[in-house]
Amino acid sequence: MSTKDHDHNAPESGPALRVKALEALLVEKGVVQPAVLDALIDSYEHKIGPRNGARVVARAWVDAAYKKRLLTDAAAAIAELGFPPGPQGEYMMVLENTPRVHNMVVCTLCSCYPWSVLGLPPVWYKSTPYRSRAVSDPRGVLKEFGLELGAEVEVRVWDSSAEMRYMVLPMRPPGTDHLGEQELASIVTRDAMIGTAIVKYPPDKGSSVGAPAR
Amino acid sequence: MPASLQDWMRELTPDQANFAEPWEARVFALTVSLAESGRLVWNEFRDLLIAEIVIADAAERAGNPHPTYYECWLAAFEKLLAAKGMTDEAEVSQRAEIIAANPPARTRAVSSGPVKIV
Repeated sequence: MSTKDHDHNAPESGPALRVKALEALLVEKGVVQPAVLDALIDSYEHKIGPRNGARVVARAWVDAAYKKRLLTDAAAAIAELGFPPGPQGEYMMVLENTPRVHNMVVCTLCSCYPWSVLGLPPVWYKSTPYRSRAVSDPRGVLKEFGLELGAEVEVRVWDSSAEMRYMVLPMRPPGTDHLGEQELASIVTRDAMIGTAIVKYPPDKGSSVGAPAR
Repeated sequence: MPASLQDWMRELTPDQANFAEPWEARVFALTVSLAESGRLVWNEFRDLLIAEIVIADAAERAGNPHPTYYECWLAAFEKLLAAKGMTDEAEVSQRAEIIAANPPARTRAVSSGPVKIV
């Protein structure tokens, strides 16, 4: 339905036209400013993304006191690293993975997601199959992501809401004692912070934080 | 046949971008901007978004055409604006018609005759 035609002479139609009309009207009414809109888009396309969360994870891995603060008051600990809370002022909670507990995050109703540390959610996070199966068949979903956990590992699924957003603190993989904080941040993937992957070292090809696994 | 999770996982937006189309970014920014300035309450938007998604989900499960995520977003956003009295469907449609009838100037000059006669 949506066109990939980038001919700027082609007339707009459908949602694109509707949004143009909305923006024109709202600007005229003085309730939005184009520069603010541009800055928001720029922020979420280039600045706010899973690299933020990866830094939080790496810090927690190297600094036990920081990790404790992160698990007690996530928003405050995240803000310590210079990442302010998301625009909706929601509460954040960080969920620690252990050898016995694997956490997984979903928003069954829409797409609530910890924007401030992970940016905007991937297409699959918003999809009907993920939203329904994450709760009804989490191990099946993890298997599709290539992650199989032993029966001794408890899988906990957390349903996000407008008020509560979650980020997973994945386990630090073995063999990383020699890595500095920045290097550690570079191996943390977005999917590991959602809970559909674990952090591997050496990292899987193409699964760095800069290039999401999927 | 409704899409499987694998289908969704394959559907990466271009260049891992957050928005498949420019209009998605614009409507996202409009909503977030109004929420940040306090003119919209996020929970009210979310409730409407959820309602649109419920309908879209049902259509998808039945194997019928269904709105995309941002089409649901747009519908919810328009409903919220109307509920807040900030605009209404008629006004938006009217403006959309005007914009459609007045596309940006063509980049190539259209010749309507000789430029010089000697």
